Amino acid sequence: MLLLTWRNLLARKVRLMMSALAIVLGIGFLAGVMTFSTGLNATFENIVNGSTSDAVVRPAGDVSAANAGVATTQLVTPADIEKLSALPEVADATGSVDGIGSFLLGSDDKLVGGQGAPTLAFNYAPGENMQGEEILQLSAGGWPEQPGEITLDTSSAERGGYDLGDTVAMIVPTGEPRREFTLVGTADFNGGGTAGATLALLDTAEAQEIFLGGADAFTSVALTGADGVSQTELAKAADEVVPDGFAAVTGDKVVEETQEQIGQFLDVISIFLTTFAVIAIVVGAFIIFNTFSILVSQRVRESALLRALGASKKQVTRSVLIEAFLMAIVGATLGLLLGLGLSRALASLFRSFGLDIAGDVLTLTPFTIISGYVVAIVVTMVAAFVPARRAAKVPPVAAMRDDLVVQEKAMGRRLVLGTIAMLVGTALVAAGLVGAPGTDAIWIGAGAVIWVITTAVLAPVLGHPVLVACRSVFGRLFGTPGLLAGENALRNPRRTGATASALMIGLAVVSAVGVLASSLSATNDATVDDAFRSDFLVQMPTFQGFPAQYGDQMESVDGVDLVSRQQGTPVSVTVGGTPDQTFAAGVDPAYFEIYDLTMLEGTDEISGNQAVLSEGRADDLEAGPGDSIAVEFPGGKTIALEVVGVFEDTPTTAGITMPLSVLADAGLKRSDSSLSITVQDGADRGAVKQDLEDIVEGLPILSVQDKEEFKELISSQVNQLLYVIYGLLALAVVIAVIGIVNTLGLSVLERTREIGLLRAVGLSRRKLRLMITLESVAIALLGAVLGMVVGLVIGVVLRQSLKDDLTVLSLPVSSLLVFLVVAVIFGVLAAIVPAIRASRMKVLAAIATE
Amino acid sequence: MTEQPTGEAAPGVAASARDLIKVYGKGEAEVRALDGVTVDLMKGEFTAIMGPSGSGKSTLMHCLAALDTPTSGEAVVDGTSLGRLKDKDLTTLRRERVGFVFQSFNLVPTLSAEENILLPLSLAGRKPDREWFDQVVDAVGLRPRLGHRPSEMSGGQQQRVACARALVSQPSIVFADEPTGNLDSTSSAEVLGFLRRSVDEFGQTVVMVTHDPVAASYTDRVLFLADGVIVDELRTPDRDHILAKMAALQDAAIKKAAS
Repeated sequence: MLLLTWRNLLARKVRLMMSALAIVLGIGFLAGVMTFSTGLNATFENIVNGSTSDAVVRPAGDVSAANAGVATTQLVTPADIEKLSALPEVADATGSVDGIGSFLLGSDDKLVGGQGAPTLAFNYAPGENMQGEEILQLSAGGWPEQPGEITLDTSSAERGGYDLGDTVAMIVPTGEPRREFTLVGTADFNGGGTAGATLALLDTAEAQEIFLGGADAFTSVALTGADGVSQTELAKAADEVVPDGFAAVTGDKVVEETQEQIGQFLDVISIFLTTFAVIAIVVGAFIIFNTFSILVSQRVRESALLRALGASKKQVTRSVLIEAFLMAIVGATLGLLLGLGLSRALASLFRSFGLDIAGDVLTLTPFTIISGYVVAIVVTMVAAFVPARRAAKVPPVAAMRDDLVVQEKAMGRRLVLGTIAMLVGTALVAAGLVGAPGTDAIWIGAGAVIWVITTAVLAPVLGHPVLVACRSVFGRLFGTPGLLAGENALRNPRRTGATASALMIGLAVVSAVGVLASSLSATNDATVDDAFRSDFLVQMPTFQGFPAQYGDQMESVDGVDLVSRQQGTPVSVTVGGTPDQTFAAGVDPAYFEIYDLTMLEGTDEISGNQAVLSEGRADDLEAGPGDSIAVEFPGGKTIALEVVGVFEDTPTTAGITMPLSVLADAGLKRSDSSLSITVQDGADRGAVKQDLEDIVEGLPILSVQDKEEFKELISSQVNQLLYVIYGLLALAVVIAVIGIVNTLGLSVLERTREIGLLRAVGLSRRKLRLMITLESVAIALLGAVLGMVVGLVIGVVLRQSLKDDLTVLSLPVSSLLVFLVVAVIFGVLAAIVPAIRASRMKVLAAIATE
Repeated sequence: MTEQPTGEAAPGVAASARDLIKVYGKGEAEVRALDGVTVDLMKGEFTAIMGPSGSGKSTLMHCLAALDTPTSGEAVVDGTSLGRLKDKDLTTLRRERVGFVFQSFNLVPTLSAEENILLPLSLAGRKPDREWFDQVVDAVGLRPRLGHRPSEMSGGQQQRVACARALVSQPSIVFADEPTGNLDSTSSAEVLGFLRRSVDEFGQTVVMVTHDPVAASYTDRVLFLADGVIVDELRTPDRDHILAKMAALQDAAIKKAAS
C-alpha cells in the first residue's frame, strides 16, 4: 500500500510539485520571517550586551534623556570622575560626551541612513563592556586623537561613500551647522554591526566644544568594576559620590531598559510579518485542498478498484493522507531553504532602510525548522483530509461501471451551515461595534475571519451570479468559445469556488487594508485642512529637534509676519498613581496667535510655571484650571505647573503645553522641533519661501513646507506603509494564481476527450486557447469580486470601530478598479501553460482517451 | 479458510442467490434489474451468465460479489450471507474470498505486473505464498513480463495479469465481468484457456458474465437471464446450442417490445 502511494506520488510529480509549491512558498515566508526576527533580536542583543559597561553614571530620573533624544545641561566634571576612580570598587571610570542633534552627511551631501536610526556622536575613550571586552573595535585606520579627526562605523562610511582620509561633513547642533572632519578610521560595536545607527567618534576636546560649549565636562560616566566587585556593589558605591542630579545604575539595568524598549518595536515587526505569513499559508491550504479534491475525483476508478480488491476505507484514506504527508515534508524542506534566502533578502531590504543585520545571525534555528515542518504537515493533512475521506467513499462497484461520478452531496446543508456561520460572524462584529467587553478589534477580527472562511465555503453558491454574468458577457464578446468557457466555470461550482477562494482571501485583506489606508489619508487631509493655520511649517521628517539658530534667522526674513517656536520633549507625569511617559511642548506666545486654540475651560494665556492641557490629557490627569500638576523632565528635574486652561484636542501641539521658559528651567538645551511661520499681508509667498529655504540649505533634512506639501508628506508616509503591506500580500496572491494554474491544468487533462471532440468538430487552436483563458479569467474575477466585497465590508466595519481616529470614511475606488484589472491579468497569465498544453493535444488521440 | 455455517448453504455450493430483487430508480423511471433470481453456483465449476443487454447479468454478479447490495433477497458467498454484513466485513470478504477480473483490466498504471498481482495480498498485509505465486505466474505465462508496467503490455497480457491477481489470494470464487470484451480472438482464447485450467487444475470456482457464445463455450454451465429472471440453462454447452438459445431470447425480447 505504501508502495502504491509512493508510485502515485512519482507518477504525478508535476501536479504535486505545483501543489507543493504552495507549501514551499507559505513555509518559506514563515521560516523567512522567523529567521529574520530571530536575527534582528540577536543583532540588538549583541549590541546592547556588547556596548554596556558594568555600571553607568547618568542623569537621574525615570525619563532617560539619551533615549529620548533631547540634551540636558547637567554635567559631570573631571573632578567627579577622579572621585569615582578613587573608589576601591572602581577599576576604571571613563567620561563620555554624548552628542544629540548631529547628522552625518554622505559625500553626496544627503543624510546617511535616511530617516531611521539616529546618529550617535560621542567622544572616543577606550572602555570595557560587561564581559570585559573593548566596547568598540577598530576595523580600519585609527581612533580620533585631535580636533578635526573622526572615526565612523564601517557601514555608515560605506553608505556615505567615504574612504579613509576623505573629508566628512556632519551637521552639528552648535556653531556653524556644517562641520568638516577627516576620516581617520572605521570601527564597530563589539558584537557586530550597529543596527543601523550611525556612529561618529570624535576627539574628546572637540566633542566638548561641539556639544557642551567648550566646557571641560562629560554627560555620563562608564564604570568598570574592580575584580570580584558585583555590578550592584559597584553601582551602590558609585552612587555615594556622584554629583546632584546623577545616579549610578548597573549595566544589567541599562541592558534591561534598552531591551524593553527595543523589544516592543521588534515584537511589532515580527507580529506584522507573521500575520502575512499566516495569510499566505491559509491561502496555500485552499490550493492543497483543491488539488487533492481533483486528484481524488480523477482517481475514482483506482480507488474503486482498490476497494474491490479488498482495501478498507481506512486504507484508501490513509494512502491519500500519506501522499499529503510526503508532499508536506518535501514542501517544508524546500520552504525552509527558501525561507533562509528570504530572510537574507529581508535583511538586505532593511539594510537599505539603514538597519544593518549581520548575516551570521540569520540561520535556521531548531525552533524554526520544527515549526516549519509542523505547520506544513498539519496544514497539508488537514486540507487533504476531506478529499481523502471522499476517496474512501467511492463504492467498489464503480470499478466495473463506466459512468464514474463521485456522488456529491447537495449544497443544501452547506448553505444552511454557511448562513448560520455568517450570522454568527455578523453577531461578533456587531458586538465589537457596540462595545462588548474586551477589545473591539478582537470581536471584529473574529467576526471578519468567520466571514472570510464562510465566504470561501459558500463560494460555489455566492459565486453563481458572478459566473453567470461572466458567461453572458463572454458569450456576447467572444461567441461560442466564450459561452463554453462560462459553462466550464459553472459546471463544477465547488472546484471553481475553492480555486477562487484562495484569491478571495488575498483580495479581502488587500481591500480591507485599502479602505483603512484610504480613510487614514482622507482623515489626515481633513485634519491638516482644519489645523494647518500657518503659511509654512519647518520641521524634520523625524520630528527631532534642530538648532534654534534657524528660527532666529527666519524671524528676520523680509515678508515674514510671525514665527512660532515649539520645542517638544518627553516627560513623565503621574496618572492614577503610576508614572506615565508622554510628550509635552514648550511654545512661545506667537503659537497662540497663529493657532487660536478652542478653549473649553479657562484661558490660553500662559506665562511662568503655567500650562494648558488638551481635553484628553486633562481627563487622564483629572486636572482643570487652578490645579497643579507635577511634571518630571529628562534629567530628573520635576517642576510643578499650574493649569490655567483646557483646550480641544489638536494635532498642532502636545497634550501638555507650557512656555518655552519652563523647559529651560528644567535643564533642557534650547532647540526647536517645529516652526510655524505666517507671511505678512501682501508679501510674495513664493519669494518668502525661497528665502526661508535658503536658510536651511545647509541642513538638507530640514524642510520648509506649505499646506499641500505637508499633506503630501503625510500621505506619502501612509502610502509607503500601504505599499509594504501590498508587497507582503502579493505572495498570497501569487500562491492563489498558482492554484488557478493547477486547477486549470487538471481540468484540461480531465476534459481531454471533450477537448478532442471540440477540435474534431472544428474549434481552432486559437479559439481553444481563448476558451481556456476565459475560463481562467472567470475564476480570477470570481475571486476578486468576492474578495473585494468581503474586504470592503470588513474595512468599513473596522473604520467604524476606529471612528475616533479615522474620522472620515473613504473607499479606495480607483485602487479597487486596479485590483480588478490585475485579477483579469493574473487570470490570463494563469491560463498560458494549460491553454498551450490543451491546444497541443492531438485530436484523434484525445478522442480515443478513455 | 474458515467456513461460517449457515443452514441454507447446500454442500458444494460456492455462492447462491435467493429471490434476489434489485430495483433502480423510482416511479416512472423504475427499472427492475433483478426480478427474483434464485440460483446456486457450484464449487469447482466454470459458470457463464449470459443474456441480452439490460437483462441484469452484471447486476446479478455485482450482488453476488458483494460489490452491490440487493433491494431484497439474499446473496450468500462461501456460506456467508451478505445481507447482514457491515462495510468492514464486506471488505474483508472481498479481500479474502473473492477475486475479480474486469472487462477493462483495471490494473494500477503506476505498478509493475508483479506488484499488481500482489496488490490484494499487500492490501491485506499478507505475505505471498511464493510457490502458489510461481504456479499462477507460470500458468498465465507472464514470467518474462513481471517487471513491466501495464502501458508496456498488450491487452491480452494485461488481462492475464488481472487473472493472476484474481487467483493469487486463493479466493473461494472468481468473478469475471466480460473478461474478453476488450480483447482480440487470440488473446481471448489465451485468457479463457487460463480460466478453464484454473478450474480444472487448481479446482477454482469461476463465474463469468459474457455475451460472447465462444467465451461461454469454455464453461461447464451457462445461465441465461432475461428481464431480471433466469429463463434457461445449459450444461457442457457448445457454441451452436448457445447461439440458438441467445437467438431465441433475442426474438422473445423483440416480440415483447413490439407488442
